[in-house]
Amino acid sequence: MLIAARALTPGRAAGPLLLLSEPLSLWGGLDLRTGAIIDRTHPQCGEGIAERIVAMRSARGSSSSSSALVEAARAGVAPAALILGLHDPILTIGALVAADLYGIEIPLIVVDERAWPALVDGVALSIETKGNQAWITVDPV
Amino acid sequence: MELEPIDRALLDGDHGAAAARAMAMLVRYGEAGGAPRFVSIESAHIDGCLYHGPSSIDFARRFADLGGRVRVPTTLNVAAVDVVHPGWHCGPPELIDAQRELTDLHERLGCVATLTCAPYQRMVRPRPGEHVAWAESNAIVFVNSVLGARTDRYGDFTDLCAALTGRVPLAGLHRDENRRPRCMVAVPGLEAAGLPRDLYFAAVGYVIGQRAPGQVPLVRGVPVDATEDELKALGAAGASSGSLALFHAEGVTPEAQWAAEQAARAPLAEIAIQAADLHDAVSRLCPVVEGEAVAAVCLGTPHYSLDEFRILNAVLDGRGPAEGVALYVSTSREIAAAVEHDPAFAPLRRFDARIVVDTCTYLAPVVRNTQGAILTTSAKYAHYGPGNLQRRVGLMTLERCIRSAALGRVAPPC
Repeated sequence: MLIAARALTPGRAAGPLLLLSEPLSLWGGLDLRTGAIIDRTHPQCGEGIAERIVAMRSARGSSSSSSALVEAARAGVAPAALILGLHDPILTIGALVAADLYGIEIPLIVVDERAWPALVDGVALSIETKGNQAWITVDPV
Repeated sequence: MELEPIDRALLDGDHGAAAARAMAMLVRYGEAGGAPRFVSIESAHIDGCLYHGPSSIDFARRFADLGGRVRVPTTLNVAAVDVVHPGWHCGPPELIDAQRELTDLHERLGCVATLTCAPYQRMVRPRPGEHVAWAESNAIVFVNSVLGARTDRYGDFTDLCAALTGRVPLAGLHRDENRRPRCMVAVPGLEAAGLPRDLYFAAVGYVIGQRAPGQVPLVRGVPVDATEDELKALGAAGASSGSLALFHAEGVTPEAQWAAEQAARAPLAEIAIQAADLHDAVSRLCPVVEGEAVAAVCLGTPHYSLDEFRILNAVLDGRGPAEGVALYVSTSREIAAAVEHDPAFAPLRRFDARIVVDTCTYLAPVVRNTQGAILTTSAKYAHYGPGNLQRRVGLMTLERCIRSAALGRVAPPC
């Protein structure tokens, strides 16, 4: 199955999906050395986001989350890609700076509401972008 | 995006390599957000000067090495430590050096090291309608709502790119259409709420943020004699609980009349906040119990104003703290200097108040006594403090905070 989406930042990624049941603030919510979720109020506290494709309906929290994303990238524990339901300026600038400073591309993808049911936790995904377009392949062979 | 000649000149390096790099980043940022074009700003306020890790320094150094200079007056938000009082620092010593380096890099770029989250109190007062690029949630909601200037919700990195270019994408709260109210929130007046004034504004802001997260509310019922400090507390609380970045308060804020006219065109969703909602919010933010040991009182989140120092001074009323209890007040160096040199503030010195500058006591490791609760008048502190510091924090009136500090235990409400 192929989902057409919008790319806020470019890049390629492949891997299993970590679907967050609630939004996560990267600042304060993430251990920036290990990539583990440390927000004790989050249902997936303890899960690791490093090198995984992470989806959440909306971003949450501090405007310092851009710094948290870049710091995670520098430490090699950033997600391979982020899928959102809404455009988020804070994560956008974080992904742009991670690419600019460290050459680490974290594609930030906005997926339409209708496509969300296909994004099941654990499903294999691959992501490609061209300009502001993105294609997400679910269960690539 | 449609680029004006100045945008092209910036991109082409006519204003230096640092500005070109920042502009390239802003174009991609603006395109991702669907902005049609750029607009000029009159000032910037940078939150990226708070040290989060080596990447904070890498980012600022890249522009400093390219010889970058900010193109508009630019102030700095708080830092991670109070370098003026290194003796109070009980965190890792290397944090002081890292923060100093980050602040120095921003000064090389031409930023003024104000190191305050409330530069709007005395230093920079954006005019109504003026476009600015301000970061940090309390500063954003204050300039938008109380001063009527226009900033979007900027975060780390975007703020410095805006300062280095003097341009921002015309998006978010820079646009009229996004400043229109999306809901009408009715709040009880002071008397109906049955709360002391300081708790009232903290609770009203906090509940507005919870009930209308991410929205622009038109608020009915805020006392028309609300002071700037009270609106500062309201906005900071709402920004913490629900990303409040702009509110219109009828009869109080400068765009409220316009907002009401906009609201008259199409009916708004109505949200009614009851006195009980405010009391619930206060109890949730005050989990401490009467008689519990107190470690510290932390005030000044956002940074204390001179007026707030005067009120505190009067409330202290010549008392002293109980053994082991410390009173911390966070503010700017500039206001700290005014307080420290004024003999009228003798009661503050008698209480051994520690005036923390450059930072905030919910960020910087300064609260020494590790046993006992921290008391505050700030809903923002009560919201973030427990997570940041792993401490018990209680929101209460200033009067009760001080009575508790003098007693060494959480005092009964008056």
